[in-house]
Amino acid sequence: MQDALSSGRIRKAPENFLNKDGIKTVVAEAKNGRRDFIRNAFAAAAAGAAVPAALAQGNPVPTEGGDPNILNLPEHSKGLGQGVATEGYGKPSQYEANVQRRQSPGLTQTTQASVSFAPLQSLFGIITPSGLHFERHHQGWWDIDPSKHRLMINGMVKTNKVFTMDEIMRLPSVSRIHFIECGANTAVEWGNVAVPTVQYTHGMVSCSEFTGVPLITLLELAGADLKNGKFVLAEGADGSSMTRTIPMELIKSGEVFVAYGQNGEMLRPEQGYPLRLIVPGVQGVSWVKYLRRIEVGDKPYAAKDEAVHYIDLMPNGLHRQYTNIQECKSVVTTPSGGQVLLDKGFYNITGLAWSGRGKVKRVDVSVDGGRNWRTARLEGPVQNKALTRFNIDWVWDGKPAIIQSRAMDDTGYVQPTYKQLRAVRGTRSIYHNNAIQSWLVQESGEVKNVQVS
Amino acid sequence: MFRFRKAVLTAALLAVAGWASAQGVTKFPGIGREATPKEVAAWDIDVRPDFKGLPAGSGSVAKGQDVWEGKCAHCHGIFGESGEVFSPLVGGTTAEDIKTGRVANLQRTDYPGRTTLMKVATVSTLWDYINRAMPWTAPKSLTTEEVYAVTAFLLNLGGIVPDNFVLSDKNIAEVQKRMPNRNGMTTDHAMWPGKEFGKGAKPDTKNVACMKDCVPEAKVASFLPDYARNAHGNLAEQNRLVGAQRGADTTRPEGTAPATSAPAAAPAAAKPAAKADSAGADNKAAMALTQKHSCTACHAMSNKLVGPSFQEIAKKHAGKVDYLAGKIKAGGSGVWGPVPMPAQSLSDADAKTIAVWLSSGAGK
Repeated sequence: MQDALSSGRIRKAPENFLNKDGIKTVVAEAKNGRRDFIRNAFAAAAAGAAVPAALAQGNPVPTEGGDPNILNLPEHSKGLGQGVATEGYGKPSQYEANVQRRQSPGLTQTTQASVSFAPLQSLFGIITPSGLHFERHHQGWWDIDPSKHRLMINGMVKTNKVFTMDEIMRLPSVSRIHFIECGANTAVEWGNVAVPTVQYTHGMVSCSEFTGVPLITLLELAGADLKNGKFVLAEGADGSSMTRTIPMELIKSGEVFVAYGQNGEMLRPEQGYPLRLIVPGVQGVSWVKYLRRIEVGDKPYAAKDEAVHYIDLMPNGLHRQYTNIQECKSVVTTPSGGQVLLDKGFYNITGLAWSGRGKVKRVDVSVDGGRNWRTARLEGPVQNKALTRFNIDWVWDGKPAIIQSRAMDDTGYVQPTYKQLRAVRGTRSIYHNNAIQSWLVQESGEVKNVQVS
Repeated sequence: MFRFRKAVLTAALLAVAGWASAQGVTKFPGIGREATPKEVAAWDIDVRPDFKGLPAGSGSVAKGQDVWEGKCAHCHGIFGESGEVFSPLVGGTTAEDIKTGRVANLQRTDYPGRTTLMKVATVSTLWDYINRAMPWTAPKSLTTEEVYAVTAFLLNLGGIVPDNFVLSDKNIAEVQKRMPNRNGMTTDHAMWPGKEFGKGAKPDTKNVACMKDCVPEAKVASFLPDYARNAHGNLAEQNRLVGAQRGADTTRPEGTAPATSAPAAAPAAAKPAAKADSAGADNKAAMALTQKHSCTACHAMSNKLVGPSFQEIAKKHAGKVDYLAGKIKAGGSGVWGPVPMPAQSLSDADAKTIAVWLSSGAGK
């Protein structure tokens, strides 16, 4: 890597995948009219195409006086491409196969009560592609027949109600972009650095445009007691039948909705198809998937995931219960842990910021471990309780640098340092770690996850 | 008369606006219907801390032990102590905790982990969750008596109720008064999005957005040790192949130059178009069945979980299709260790497919 780094720009192998001799042969064979040979040669090269694309070849202008990628027109410039609807549902390029959600080795013993992390290091903008959305299942996921799915509303209501999906989808809908973050995102880093990349440190956050019906509409249809019914229980239809307590105040604000749409299509099964609850700003466990029932009540429910898990242990041995808001947080996604910068020079430092209390107001970035800061550009429009993309210019001089980002939301709250967070909560509370993240760029160009004193 | 007037009014509104804009239930005519009492009873299963929703009934510690050993112990351990599959349920609480309602070990930073009984403040939570989600592969299959019994057995393991106890809807409120961590929760924080708990505290950290000379020179206080370099797989294969940066080749020590012609990173990247030959398809089908029938709750591909890994089984019983198919259906114990495998209800065809796959090497 040293050679590649010192020698300048990255270039792909000639012709992307055929070497010079190969090209000569192909051309020669072509002249002889052996079309099948050509077809096979390119097909074989295409199958292994991702391999040399990764090669960081640092040669300057070649002796033949130009880049063969320019001088020798590639097949795709000279041939006929594929037809429409080759894929009824299009897929990412074959060169993007490394961009996958992943489990963190050793974190859980079963895959059904587990998590997979979104590859934040490879994502742009604020929308998480639905197939890369992080997953958290409590008792395995299902693909439920929407014609058989029902939503029931009961409890402190005038009329217990039941709705089909057809009926819910007839009601006036809203489409809103919101982040969802697991309360345990960054949990493994409370005490010390534990995982190498932003995928594993922060990958339990995703952001989608969700479409559905405000819950208040359904509660009004059932004649809910909105005054005395201060709490709502949301319950899923899967094996775990996940339950969580939701404050009526938030529902009355109109922000909470039942969603069937995600990024222009229906929810993915892993995300709760055909119906899930959207509770903006609140940790993901409250966004109950496969939503089957809403109960209006006058007391909180102390469900398993608010009485055994998703409770925050404090140094005095008390657990904070009903800790729901995801406080303001940010992370630089590139350059980030496990990556290698290709050379000195210009880089765009980019990352994500979000707040469960409202909009991101400002993000500052430091490249010297938090000593000095510059304010980054926010990509707008900045939205309520949504991921916000930030960018800032940086010229790397090749010396070690510690990159951090620090977000502020429109309540004025500023994302804390590890020192500040640990001073109040210790290191054992598992949930709601929103500390400032540090990435160490080493002279070799390799970036490491670090925590600073 | 009243009905007539309402009808006229509605018609008038329709005539004026062209929309049905009356209030309440008439706002969205045709949407939703009343749920029947039977339907509500089928789904409204939650039990609140004040025991609203708890069905009448009872179950003994002794009965609970029987249910436990048959349906729970293979994941949670005979005494609820196992941490092999899930976090341990029992342990870490004392008779003193039952008196104070605060688990003393929670204050110790050196105490290795937290069990369910150390954390849970409300006995209703145990009853509700066992009832709705257990056992792991067959949730909602326990009778009301079994749920009472298993809850009683768990409480007995924690020394909260005696060996001869019969837990019921009549005495569960008394049991609540003995929960070891019943006074261990606080809602005094700023992270509930409402005022329902009456606190509305301010956030507990107060960073300021300093811009210049904010802290002394940063020192790296924590980083991953070298031996963990490749613990999450080769990071070169976890990054895009184009752009401002690549993933580090963590199969090599840091600072060593990677091979220039064929980086180790590449093969995985080149796999997207992997061919599904017929063996691969068979393997896939068998693995899908192990998911479908929840075999994977206890068996993993290459590492031991509750039961042996598929690959261990494949090695030990190579070629023994009929033996394996029989074992899958009937269950057994003593071959791989003390934890028994319960009998499984799947079709002979599915059992055979899995058995063939196992007996021929459990390939991917």
